[in-house]
This record gives sequence, structure tokens and C-alpha cells, in this order.
Amino acid sequence: MPAVQETVDRVRAIDVDQYRWGFSTSIESEKAPKGLSEEVIGFISGKKGEPQWLLDWRLEALRRWRTLEEPNWARVHHPKIEYDELYYYAAPKKGGGPASLDEVDPELLKTFEKLGIPLKEQAVLAGVEGARVAVDAVFDSVSVATTYKEELAKAGVIFCSISEAVREHPELVRKYLGSVVPVTDNFFATLNSAVFTDGSFVYLPKGVRCPMELSTYFRINEQNTGQFERTLIIADEGSYVSYLEGCTAPKRDENQLHAAVVELIALDNAEIKYSTVQNWFPGDKEGKGGIYNFVTKRGDCRGKNSKISWTQVETGSAITWKYPSCILRGDNSQGEFYSIAVSNGHQQVDSGTKMLHLGKNTVSRIISKGIAAGHSDNTYRGLVSAHRKASGARNFTNCDSLLIGQDCGAHTVPYIESKNASAVFEHEATTSKIAEDQLFYCTQRGLNEEEAVALIVNGFVKDVLQQLPMEFAVEAQKLIAVSLEGSVG
Amino acid sequence: MTAPTPIRTKAETALMAQYEALRRELPKQAAGQSAREAAMATFAASGLPHRRIEAYHYTDLRNLLREAAPLAHRPSATAGSSVEAGRFLGDIDAHEIIFVNGSLMHAEGLASQLPKGVSIGMVADTAPGILDGNDAVVALNTALSRETVTLEIAQGVAVERPLHLAFIQDAGAPQAVFARVCVRIGEGASVTLLESHEGPNAIATQSNIGVEIAAADDARVEHVRVNAEGDKAFSLSSLGLSLGHRACALSLNLILGSAISRHQILARFAGAEAKLRLDGVGMLDGGRHADVTLVVDHAMPGGESRELFKTVVDDRANAIFQGKIIVRPHAQKTDGKMMSAALLLSEDASMSNKPELEIFADDVQCGHGATCGALDENLLFYLMARGIPRREAQAILIRSFLGEALEELSSDELREALGGLIDSWLVRRS
Repeated sequence: MPAVQETVDRVRAIDVDQYRWGFSTSIESEKAPKGLSEEVIGFISGKKGEPQWLLDWRLEALRRWRTLEEPNWARVHHPKIEYDELYYYAAPKKGGGPASLDEVDPELLKTFEKLGIPLKEQAVLAGVEGARVAVDAVFDSVSVATTYKEELAKAGVIFCSISEAVREHPELVRKYLGSVVPVTDNFFATLNSAVFTDGSFVYLPKGVRCPMELSTYFRINEQNTGQFERTLIIADEGSYVSYLEGCTAPKRDENQLHAAVVELIALDNAEIKYSTVQNWFPGDKEGKGGIYNFVTKRGDCRGKNSKISWTQVETGSAITWKYPSCILRGDNSQGEFYSIAVSNGHQQVDSGTKMLHLGKNTVSRIISKGIAAGHSDNTYRGLVSAHRKASGARNFTNCDSLLIGQDCGAHTVPYIESKNASAVFEHEATTSKIAEDQLFYCTQRGLNEEEAVALIVNGFVKDVLQQLPMEFAVEAQKLIAVSLEGSVG
Repeated sequence: MTAPTPIRTKAETALMAQYEALRRELPKQAAGQSAREAAMATFAASGLPHRRIEAYHYTDLRNLLREAAPLAHRPSATAGSSVEAGRFLGDIDAHEIIFVNGSLMHAEGLASQLPKGVSIGMVADTAPGILDGNDAVVALNTALSRETVTLEIAQGVAVERPLHLAFIQDAGAPQAVFARVCVRIGEGASVTLLESHEGPNAIATQSNIGVEIAAADDARVEHVRVNAEGDKAFSLSSLGLSLGHRACALSLNLILGSAISRHQILARFAGAEAKLRLDGVGMLDGGRHADVTLVVDHAMPGGESRELFKTVVDDRANAIFQGKIIVRPHAQKTDGKMMSAALLLSEDASMSNKPELEIFADDVQCGHGATCGALDENLLFYLMARGIPRREAQAILIRSFLGEALEELSSDELREALGGLIDSWLVRRS
């Protein structure tokens, strides 16, 4: 059956022409020369005062990148990207680098204020009373401010921009950088390794539960630039952190490239919760402009009983190409992936996850909801695999798609590979397989089956999303409320 | 970054040489020849598909097909009589249409034995009508099949006894067989088709069989295919199905033999409100590799499709299921459900599932499911607590697991015969 009116209205409310963050800030900035070359990489590295090993690492990545071809297996179409026509570094002239909050350019503060991101520590987040969130604000290629650093340091938590981490904690960066997403992992990750500019670095020492939510806010402002951030989060034994990233960009006619790499490492008994609210400019109604979001995100559950959970709410970007993955290496480790992807206008989404079960008794859970409207295409692409030694591995996957209108498409491409007899994998793309007893309980109390299914599934996902910090939670909640009625598997 | 020039593998070169030899041997008939040439050009451009080609990701033919066996010679006119076809199907009473090494036997006499309304013929043209000519396996089949055997069921005719297409490999040494059969079922006609493939053990036979079944409006067809090839066989097969308005088709594929097999199905909804059912039973042991790949293309509104594939994988065997449901724009009210379930019986067995959906219409119901796991220990315990030995308890559970895929068959006789094949495999296992 077709989608219900309520859902149609909700999706319309976040249609591409309703994009609220499309303003641009006029701020003087400094750029690297156009194009991609060893000189540009030298320039970026020099700007950041990086050690020789990192420069060599970048140059090696560039050399490897030149031998790679752009992948074409995803269900997305776009004109050829001219990598030599981009600026790989753009930074506000004033206030760049690790300034104390008082030194940050007021123009930048105003921009982030307008975006609802408070860069003053005493400020309270809109709609979230009493909640304190430490923010690392990245503007084009540099981190402009990080809040609550001292307080976090008291707990032993390191939270800073990655450039700062390279200077202050080189041993940690050198040990873990590229250990989850190798330099030559894929075309875009290799490009990122060569030119990454800023991003966040988090280190949690043994047994520390991070006292507040951590968050990074990415803003692209300059024209003709790409943003290449790199995030590295290390949770040492028994620690816990919840991290959120948000992102927006001005409305522009051109397509801009965003190729990020995120690496998560969870050691024994550690837990990382990584949430994304992706709201890059999606292009206009005719499909002009918008961000190309080609992102490599991967978490490594390296230790026993570790857990990595990805939550993503994807509403922006002209093209989304991202597969947050979990390598379940440690015995009893857990991976989770919750995703809601809404595409509208001419957006193209090709997203999903990979759960690689290597250790014993590893568990993964995938819940994905895709909603396609307008002329958009929405694809779920995922891999669940069990290695020979992954005895007792368990996976449950549920992906639902919903189409609104006649001109959009929804696709599901799951790969399920099992090399171990005691691994149990279940994949379903319908709403019928919810536990019978739960369904019975609801229907017995007068709900019809459709309502009961929506209640159970939404309740399940809501559980996770209610924990999303910041005002994004409000928007995310609205999306979650979108009915499953009429979903097509 | 230019694409590297393809290096031809030994098998690719041999296949191309075989084509050249066959071309000289066959009569120069313009129609058939041009389709062959085009197909060979398609193959020459792509070569054997490898794991980088999405549809062949799990069955890398470039790697698996190292040697192309020589083409089988046409058997003498009496060869068929020495081989008893389809004995493993029990006492099913059917009209037998026997192919030895890909060639139709007793072609002249056959026409008079077939029931009224059924006609059989042969044409030189091997161009595919339903199958995808760009697929490398289909292209090879087009290029290297000597002819197309056509089977027609006239309008409104209900064929009572099943028609049994029995393919037999009569080989003493490795050989390759290519054959193409095209079945056309007239408006409102109905028929049951059996298709069996047999061959000797211990001989590395190769086969590439293409079957097309076109069901016209309101036609009904039940198609049961049994792969009982020898234990060293390399079997490639393609099935093209086309369904007219309100047509109703069932195709069941049972895998018992072959060292390496790949069965691909392309089912197209050419008319509205047609019904399709695809079922599969796979029994794999040793180091065998079996791939079932299917595409269900809902191009017309109101279609219904159901797929149920059950596979048990033992020893070091490797099973693959790839299923794709496409719902084209305007194919509203489509109802599609696909299920693949696998049981892994040993530590080294592996299963890969890829159930895909590609949907462009908003008022449809489509779903898929895939499961993979070991036998339920609780169920085993229940049976063993009642004094049934472990191996036997396993057999009971496997039998009922696989049996589900046979339930939609309309003929009890046929269901029993296929059930017998499952039992024989279970006996072989224990």
C-alpha cells in the first residue's frame, strides 16, 4: 500500500527546499593553491606544523591514490569529479588553530550560534536543559574551537582537534592512525589520508566514563573546497564515550566534496557510541549543487566484550556513500547499526554497514530505515560475514524502505556470508517477523497489527535515538515517528 | 588509469577456438550464424566472468573453469537406447524427450509419440528470446549450441502426462555439452515439464544448457529441474521464463549432483496479474560448489512472485544464493516475497546469501528473508531423548527442512519422487 499521509507530510517538511542552514558567512580565509600535488600536501602539513613521519605518510597515500580508480559499484551517478579543480585547504584567517575561546573570531561564533551550536561553555543547548556537551567546531579545514577541554582533562579524557593531537600526543596518533582504515583502504579513504586537514581526536584512558557528551560540528563555508576531516577515537579498557557529529553547508550551485575517515578503536570492555546527524546541503529542487558525501567509517572492537554502536540520521547531501562498519575481533564483542536515511529531491543515498564477525560469540544488530521521496534513490547495501573461527556469532538485520511517489526508487543489497556452522544469521526486510508474543500482546489490547508493528519497531529505534544529544534529537524524533505503513522491504 | 588489456585465459582461448571449428562444421544459415557471431563477440569482449563482475562475485568462472573440455560429438542415432534416462525419478509416467550429449534423439519418431497439441522441432537460430544475451554464460550457450530444439504446446491444450526433457552425458572422457531448448506454451494451455541432467561419476564433464519457457496469457506451467550430474561435473544452466497476462508458472530446481554448478534464472512478467513461484532444494556435500542466481523482473502491474530456496551444506561445500526482485515503475500492486534458508551441517561448510530488492513503484509489497545457521540443538535433543540416534535425528530435521520447498508442487507423485531423492542423499550422508 502507499505511504500514509502523515509520513508524506513529515518527509515534505524536510524537503530539499526547506534547507535551513544554507546561509554562508563572509569571512576572510586562506587557501592552499588549487589542485592536488605534493606541494599542496607539503603546504597543508607545514601549516599544521606536522612531524616528518606524518608528511611521509601523506605523500605515500598520494602516491597510492594516483594508482587507484574511483569506485563505481555504488548505485549513484554524478558527473566526473575534477580533483585538480578543488581547494584542499581553506581556513579562516583569524581564529584558526587552537585558540582559547575568547580569541575566536566573533564572526565565527555568530555563525555557529546561528547553527545552534554554542561555543561558550556556560551556554545551554537549545531544548536540552541541563545537558552539557563538549564541542569541537570545525570550519572548512580547521578546528576553530574546542569547549570544556580543561574539565575533560581533569577526568583524563583527551578531546582536541587531530592537528593538536599530532603535536601533543604523537605517540597515540602514530600508534592508532590508519590502523582501522588503512591508507590504501579505498579511493576516498586514500585521498583523505593524503590531504586530511582537521577533525577530532578522543582518547579515553582505562576505566574512564566520559563525564559528558562529546561532539564535533562540521561546517563547510568556502566555495570550491572539499572538506577532508579525520576522526580518531580510542577507548581504552573499560571506558565509555558517546560522540555525536553534525554537519551543514551553505547553499551553492556547485557540488562540493566531503571525504572523511572515521576510525574507532574499542579495547577490552570499552564502549563507543557514535551518532551522526548528517545535514549537508542536499542540492536544490532540480538537483543542482549539494555535497558529495563519500565517507569511510569503521570501528574496530579490538578487545573482549567491547561494543561499538553507530547511529545515523541521514537527511542531507546530494550523494551519500557511507558504510559505517564494525570489525568484531574481540570475543563477545558487539556491533550495532541504526540508520534512518531520508532522501528527497534528486538526492542519492547508498548507505549501509558491514559487520565482520571474527571473534567468538560476537553479536551484531542492524536496523535500517530508508525513506525515498521525490526523484531520489535510496539504497541499503550491507555485508554480514562470519569468519571460520567466529563460533556462536549472531546477527539480526532488519531493513525497511518506504517509497513516497512514483519517481523514486528503493533498493536493498545485503550480502550475508557465513563460514561457520554455529553462526546464526537472520536477515529480514519485512515487518512481519517481529516476535509473535509482542505482537500478540499489542493486538490483544486493541491495536491493529500495523499499529502494533510500528509501536514495537519505533519503540526499539527510539530507545537509541532518544539518547541523541543536542537539538538534533527533536528532528530525529520526528523522523522516527514516520510510520512504517506501506513499507516495501 | 586505463583499463588493462584483457589477458585471455587458456579456457577462453579454447572456447573461442571451439567456436571457430563449430562455425566451419555447421551449415551456413544466415539467421543462426549472425546471432552466434554476435554472441561470440560479446563473450570475446567480456571473457569469462570473474569475481569483480557483481553477478559472478561468488562464482568466479575465470578461476573455476581452468580447462574448456572439447565439444562432445553428436551421438549415433541409437546411442540413446542404451542409456536409461531419469530412472532416479522413480516410476513417474512421462513422455520422454531424450538428449544425449546435447543432441535430441529419435527426432523423427518422437513427433508421432507426443500427445495431441504438442509439437517438437529444430531451428538453426540460437538467439535468446528471454535470456539475457549479454550474460557471458548465455552468450557461450548461444554461440556453441548446434541448434535450438523447440517445443510447442498449442492454445488451450492441457497436456496430461508430464513432458520429460532428459539430458544425458554419455562420456568416457571429459567433454563439453551445449544445448538450447525453447518451450512455448499457448494461450490457456497447461503442462508439466520435467528436466533432468545425468552424467557419469569421476569424469570432468562440462555442460552449458539454456532453457526458455514462454507462457502465453492464461497458460499454466510447472517445471521441475533435477541436477543429478556426476560428481566431477561442471554444470552451467540458464532458465528464462516469460509470463503472459494471468499466466501461472512454477519452477523448482533440485541440486543433487555436480562438483560445480550455477543455475541462473531470469523471470520476466510480460503480462499483468501473472503468478510466479520459484523453489529450490540444494543438497551439498564434499567440496562442492553450487550457485543459484535469479532475477525476477516485475515489469507489469499486479504480479505475484514467491521464492523459497532451501539449502543444506555439509563437509567443505559452498552454497550461494543470489536473488533479485526488480519492480519497474508502474508495476503497481506487485506482491513479491523471497526467502532463502540454509543449514550448515559442518564446521567447514559455507553459505553466501544476497537477496536484493530494486523497487521503483510505491504501491507494492516486497520482502525478502535470509537465514543461515546450524540445526537447532533443542530439536535434536528432543528427538534424541526419544531414543533416535543423532545422525537419524539430524536426517529427520533435514528432511522436513528441505521438504517445505516441495509443498507447492501440484502432483503428489512428483513430490514423492523428489522426496525420495532427498532421502537418498540423507542415506548417502549417514
